[in-house]
Amino acid sequence: MISIGIDIGSVATKGIVLCDGLQWRAIVPTGWSPRDAAQAAIGQLLNLSGIERHQVGQIFVTGYGRVAFDQADKTITEIKCHARGIAELYPEVRTIVDIGGQDSKVISIGEKGQVLDFAMNDKCAAGTGRFLEVMATALGLDVSELGYAEDPSRKLAISSMCTVFAESEIIGLLARGNPKGNIIAGLHQSVGKRVAAMARRMGIKEAVAFTGGVAINQGVKRALEEEIGSALIVSEACQFTGALGAALLASQD
Amino acid sequence: MADYRQMWSDLGMDLDKHDLLCEALPDAFQGVYLSQENRPQGMDFFNFVVSEIHGVRPAELMEHQKAGGKVFGTFCVYVPDEVIFAAGGIATGLCGGSQFWVSGGEKVLPANTCPLIKASVGARLDKTCPFFRIADMYVGETTCDGKKKAWEILSAEVPVHVIDVPQMKRKKDIEAFQGEILDFIKIVEDFTGNKITPEALAKSIKLINNKRKALQRLYAARKAAPVPISGKDALLVTQIAFYDDPARCAEMTNILCNELEERIQAKEGVFPADALRILVTGTPLAIPNWKLHHIVETAGATVVVEESCTGTRYFEQLVDESGSTIEEQVKALAERYMKTNCACFTPNPGRIDDIIRLADEYKVDGVIDVSLQFCNLYSTESYLVKQALADRGIPVMHIETDYSEQDYEQLRTRVEAFLEILRK
Repeated sequence: MISIGIDIGSVATKGIVLCDGLQWRAIVPTGWSPRDAAQAAIGQLLNLSGIERHQVGQIFVTGYGRVAFDQADKTITEIKCHARGIAELYPEVRTIVDIGGQDSKVISIGEKGQVLDFAMNDKCAAGTGRFLEVMATALGLDVSELGYAEDPSRKLAISSMCTVFAESEIIGLLARGNPKGNIIAGLHQSVGKRVAAMARRMGIKEAVAFTGGVAINQGVKRALEEEIGSALIVSEACQFTGALGAALLASQD
Repeated sequence: MADYRQMWSDLGMDLDKHDLLCEALPDAFQGVYLSQENRPQGMDFFNFVVSEIHGVRPAELMEHQKAGGKVFGTFCVYVPDEVIFAAGGIATGLCGGSQFWVSGGEKVLPANTCPLIKASVGARLDKTCPFFRIADMYVGETTCDGKKKAWEILSAEVPVHVIDVPQMKRKKDIEAFQGEILDFIKIVEDFTGNKITPEALAKSIKLINNKRKALQRLYAARKAAPVPISGKDALLVTQIAFYDDPARCAEMTNILCNELEERIQAKEGVFPADALRILVTGTPLAIPNWKLHHIVETAGATVVVEESCTGTRYFEQLVDESGSTIEEQVKALAERYMKTNCACFTPNPGRIDDIIRLADEYKVDGVIDVSLQFCNLYSTESYLVKQALADRGIPVMHIETDYSEQDYEQLRTRVEAFLEILRK
C-alpha cells in the first residue's frame, strides 16, 4: 500500500511517501498555516513520485500542527512516530533525543520500537531550536550557520537558561570582544547540558539516536555527546524521522 | 445571566474589568462543557450556577449579611467549615482558578509564585471577584510559604485569621490542631457574636458530612464502566461544592447521583466501556481551571477520579458524629482533618497510599500527576509518587502547568503520547 506521513513542525513541515520499498521526501516551511504547509508537502510528494492522490492508501499526520490538518486519516503524536521511524532505521536504539523548533524530547523505546517513557521540556524555549534561532540572530547569523561557525577550543559558558537572559548574556560577551566561535560553542554546551539533564532524569540506555532539525547542527551533537557520555547516531535524514514513522504506521494500519 | 451590575457596583467592583471576565466565560463553558454529548440532566443545576457564578450565590450571601450574618472566605480543605456554620456564619470558597486574575497578583507577588495564589490575590486587588468583596473575614492556613505571605498582604484589606496547620502528623501535632480549632471557635464566636453550642456544632458536623457523603456517592458512580458522567462534569460539581450552600449542594448532587445510578443499571455511559481511565492527582483545580480534564477527555480517555483538594481529599473522610461536648467534637474534627494527605506534610506516605488504593478502586489505566507551576511541595513529591507507582507497574506522567493557554498544544502532545503508551 502507498502511504504518506506528514510531520507538521513549528518551523518546517516534512513529508514522506512510501511505495513498494521506495520513498520520496519533501520539506516546506510551516509558516503561518500548518494546513497549507501540509497541503504543499503532499503536493510536492505526489509531483516527485508521480503517484496520483487517489492511489495513496492512508495519510497519517504528526507534529505540532497535526490537529490543524483535516485531511488526515489519523493523527499520532510525534513521540510515537519518532520511535517508529528510528526503530526502522536503527533497531538497536533504546533512547531518542529529539530537538525540534519549539520543544525537546527524550524518548525511551523498547525492543519493538514501542514507547516506554518520554520526557519533554516545560513551556520554555531553553534547549530548543527556537533558543538557537534567537541566539543566532543576536550573533548576526542564520541558525543553519551555527554548527559550522563554532570553535569548541574554548567554550564560553552561557549560564542563563532563560532565552531572554541568555540573549543579553551573549550581547555582553560580544561587547567584551569575545570571538563568536567560542560563544557559539558555549551556546551549544548550554543546550547540551539542558537536554542531557532531562535525559538523565529519565534514564539513558544505549544506543542513543539524535533526531529533529537541530540534529543537523554538528556543534549541538558534539555538546550532547560530551554531556551524555555516549556517541549519538544521527541519520542523514534526521529531520524526517517523524514523517517516516507516520508513513510506516500508515502503511501498516 | 441576570443583571447584577447594581450589586457588583455596590460591592465596589471594577465593572469594566469584570465585564471582560463575564464575556469570556460563556464561550469557554460552551466549548468545554455544553458541547459534551449525553450529559446527565442533573448537571442542569450546576450549569445554572456557572452561568450565574458571580451573581446568584453572591446575592444569597449578601441577603445573609443583610440579616446580620457573617461570611467567611476560605481557600483550603483544612479549614473546618463546621465551626463557621455552627455560629450561623457561611463559609465560601474564593476565586483563584483563572489566568484572568494572574496579572493582578503579579503586581505584588514574585513571578515564581504559583498561579493559584497569584490569581487569588489578583482577584482581590483588581476588584473582580464578588466573593472576595463580600467575605467579612478570610480564613487562611499555613499549607505553603506562598500563601503564608499572601495572607499578610490580604490582611491590609480584610480581617484575616490564619489557622496553623501542622507540618507533621505526630500525636502532639494532632493535639496542636485541636488547639487551633478551639482558637478558631473563639474567633468565630467573637466575630459573629454567636456562641457555638455542642448542639449547633453537632448539627453543622452532620450538615457538612452530608455534603461529603453526596460527593462520595458521586465518585462511587464513576467507578462504573462505562462511566456515567464525564470527569469534567464531576470536577465541576466538586468545584461548585466549595461555594454553594452545603445542604442544597448535597441535595442537588444526590439528585444527579440517582440519575447516574440508573445509567449504571442500564449500562449507559458517556464514554465507551473500554475508554482509557485516568486518575488525576496533585494540586487543586480551582474553577474555571478545566484545562487538563478537557485535554484528556477530548483525546478519547476519561478522568474517573481526582486525588486532590478538588477531589477525594475534600470529602473522603467524615467527622465522627458521636461527640456530645465541644471537647469531644473538636477532637473528632481534628482527627478527621489530619487524615487528609497534603504534600505540605512531611513525610506524607498517606497520599501515595491513597493514589495506589484509588487506582485500584477506580480501575485506572494510568495516573497523571499534575502540579501547578512553582508549587514546590507537589512538584517535589512527584518524584516519590513516580517511584512508588513504578514499583507497582502503574503508568504515571508528571505535568507542570499553569492557567495560561500557551502550553495547551504541548500538553495535548504529552497527554496523547501517554495515552498511546497506555493503549498497547
